[in-house]
Amino acid sequence: MTVQIETLQSIPYFHGISLEDLNTIKDSFFEKTAERGELILAEEEPSNVLYFITSGAVKLFKTSADGKEQILDIARPGQSINDVPVFDGNPNLTSAQAMGPVILYGVDKAALDRILQLYPRVAQNANKVLAGQVRRLTSLVEDLSFKPVIGRVAKILLENSEENPDSHPKLTQQDMAAMAGTAREVVGRSLKALEEEGLIRLERHRLVISDKEALKDMVAAFS
Amino acid sequence: MPVIDYGKCDGCGLCVSVCRCKILVIIDGILTIVHEEKCGICSRWCTECEDVCPTGAISCPFDIVVE
Repeated sequence: MTVQIETLQSIPYFHGISLEDLNTIKDSFFEKTAERGELILAEEEPSNVLYFITSGAVKLFKTSADGKEQILDIARPGQSINDVPVFDGNPNLTSAQAMGPVILYGVDKAALDRILQLYPRVAQNANKVLAGQVRRLTSLVEDLSFKPVIGRVAKILLENSEENPDSHPKLTQQDMAAMAGTAREVVGRSLKALEEEGLIRLERHRLVISDKEALKDMVAAFS
Repeated sequence: MPVIDYGKCDGCGLCVSVCRCKILVIIDGILTIVHEEKCGICSRWCTECEDVCPTGAISCPFDIVVE
């Protein structure tokens, strides 16, 4: 497979770059494929390649010393991954894992530097992409720091369980995020924490409250 | 089983690429659920289709039950 100019054109880094110029730089890129579960980047490992996702989805995450995962983003087609290590020369900030079959275009740091020197528009676009990443991560830090979501999630589960005769709708994680006033990723993290503590269990199409009293204690502790 | 909001779905197929149970397919550009009874058989209730959807068009509703 060769690098397609039309695909490059759809990547925010290359918005506004003419077809002629894209044709000139396309040989700087190589195609890489990954299967579901394959680790594309490992946290703290050195890397000098910037990747652009052209197909599929990639999970970006950090892992704690005791093996807990914090998802920072799910990157989709058009998005770049590994920008920061390529620009600052330090190790990878996160691990990146394919969530299904993935196709990426890669460009190494030396080639990227040449492109940035030749095409200031690409540098401007890169600034915009990085600013967007800072904005999104700042919002996630805000949610994780200031909003004790786990208590609210526990309360929502109790209030919407089948035991409550007034309200037992089917919910989605997005519904719960809207109810708790937070991001969906934060709800997912809270559910995982509750599951690890043995208070709930996730099964096919249902969430089982396995320790109702402990869940009530959780609500009381965070309210 | 996932629920699709066709008003939001643009048929990008990201959910198809991550579905472990192979119950999602694009037919003539339209996201379609096939073998819905197989949703969740491959692991547990993964909700990855909901995770990756860029437009919020697919969701995985669940019942909350007390043991």
